[in-house]
Amino acid sequence: MDLIDDPIPGENAPEFTVTEISGAIKRTIEGEFSHVRVRGEIGRVSRPRSGHVYLDLKDDRSVLSGVIWKGVASRLATQPEEGLEVVATGKLTTFGGQSKYQIVIEDIAPAGMGALMAMLEKRKKTLEAEGLFDPARKKPLPYLPEVIGVVTSPSGAVIRDILHRLRDRFPRKVMVWPIAVQGVNCAPEVTRAIKGFNAMTPGGALPRPDLLIVARGGGSIEDLWGFNEESVARAAVASDIPLISAVGHETDTTLIDYVSDRRAPTPTAAAELAVPVRIELLAWVDGQDARMTRALSNLIGQRKQRLRDLSRALPRPETLVAQARQRLDYIEDRLPAALRLAAQRKKLKLSEISGGLKPSVLSRSLREDGRKLDDRIARLTPALARNNRDKRLRLDQTARGLRLQLLQDDLHRKSDRFTQTVKRLIDAANRQQVDRHARLTSLDRLRETLGYKATLKRGYAVVRGDGDVVTSKDKAGQATILELEFADGRLTLGAKPHKTNKTSAPEQGSLF
Amino acid sequence: MSEKQVSEMSFEDAMAELERVVGQLEGGDVPLEQSITLYERGAELKKHCEAKLKAAEEKVAKITLDENGKPAGTAPLDG
Repeated sequence: MDLIDDPIPGENAPEFTVTEISGAIKRTIEGEFSHVRVRGEIGRVSRPRSGHVYLDLKDDRSVLSGVIWKGVASRLATQPEEGLEVVATGKLTTFGGQSKYQIVIEDIAPAGMGALMAMLEKRKKTLEAEGLFDPARKKPLPYLPEVIGVVTSPSGAVIRDILHRLRDRFPRKVMVWPIAVQGVNCAPEVTRAIKGFNAMTPGGALPRPDLLIVARGGGSIEDLWGFNEESVARAAVASDIPLISAVGHETDTTLIDYVSDRRAPTPTAAAELAVPVRIELLAWVDGQDARMTRALSNLIGQRKQRLRDLSRALPRPETLVAQARQRLDYIEDRLPAALRLAAQRKKLKLSEISGGLKPSVLSRSLREDGRKLDDRIARLTPALARNNRDKRLRLDQTARGLRLQLLQDDLHRKSDRFTQTVKRLIDAANRQQVDRHARLTSLDRLRETLGYKATLKRGYAVVRGDGDVVTSKDKAGQATILELEFADGRLTLGAKPHKTNKTSAPEQGSLF
Repeated sequence: MSEKQVSEMSFEDAMAELERVVGQLEGGDVPLEQSITLYERGAELKKHCEAKLKAAEEKVAKITLDENGKPAGTAPLDG
């Protein structure tokens, strides 16, 4: 027998309240895991308004909740993204109220190159899907910028290279916005610099650049990582000022290179893209000037030549008028003599005419005309009287020949002739009438001998059935009434003797 | 002919215009009066281009930032 039988295991152990055990666990866990590094893939990430970040770290079997406090989250070089393989540094802590534990993350870093590249690929896909790599979206660079803004480290080879090459080609105003080219501050500073340059006013105290160069020398992918951040790429996209990116060496392509308006393989190349070569331009301008001067002198020369040619073809003005001049001289010579001669001629004619023009001549002519007039008047009156007498005589003769007896005799003669003519007309008409009667009678006799009536006298008869002439036995049988015509009249056979129609009326004899 | 004031032109625009003027003059079929106007405009453009080219001056400044990271002014670049 045991004094102590069936001891209940743990019976001697002290009893904890829930809070006590919860506190004990908290102490143990927080003491044991006050600084740990945990590798895992980031699961669900949530960012409530408080600014704290809650996330899950997981591997293929377990899940660990994590929290990044607001202050820590804002200065993390790598922002947690779902699917990213990371190493999280921090301490474990418990949350007694819900029987939970979690990691409070102090820092988070991608777990190796593969994870970084995977994250970069993912960002590239996102930005490309938004069309931000589209060449059509990119702005042309100004041909000759006045002010160039350079976003880079103020010390080091990069800015020296850029300034040196600018000086060679075309010295310009350059404003350098200093940034950290690597490390945690790199991305936010580059972002702020691009935005800051865009916020400047053109021609202000700090003149706004018309071209930006974002440059950095070569380095490891981790060194260049700031230029792979999405915030930097988005600032470059949003820049109104055309932007050249020149990050790393030619083989390094960072995210900003895909979205910048031009990508330069090196900082020196960026300076070459930025400005043309001044000496070449000067030479070009001189060349244009020379061409212009030559062209103008050619133009003028051509016209001069043309003018010479035309003026050669133009006859001399003297030759144009020479002939006319000569004629003028000749005529001019003859003018005074001709005038004199003409005057003399007129004078002569005048004296000729005026010689015949005297009062005695006029009065003689007047006297002669007066006498002619008197003579005509004297002959006028007897002639009128004589003419009158002749006319009266002729009238009397005519009136004498005009007597009634003559007219009546004429009338009697004409009346007799008329009566005789009428009598002859009546005789002739009567004679003709007798002739016509005789001819008609003989014609009718001929007609009688030619017609069927004469035949009837010789013993023949005409048979009619129902009024029509019947020429066959059949027709005679069909007729209801038969009528026989003989020379001396018609006989009707049958039940209903018809009244004789008008065609069978007895022929009247000739009137003649 | 463009009505734009030569003095307001960018270097690039002035270059393009100068090239056009020269081409037109070399074409040879402009009337004499117009060719002289063109030449004068060309000369003005050339002067403008040259002035722009001669105005090449190097002035490098570094932007100084205040504690909030905002630009506060400029300082000579030393380094």
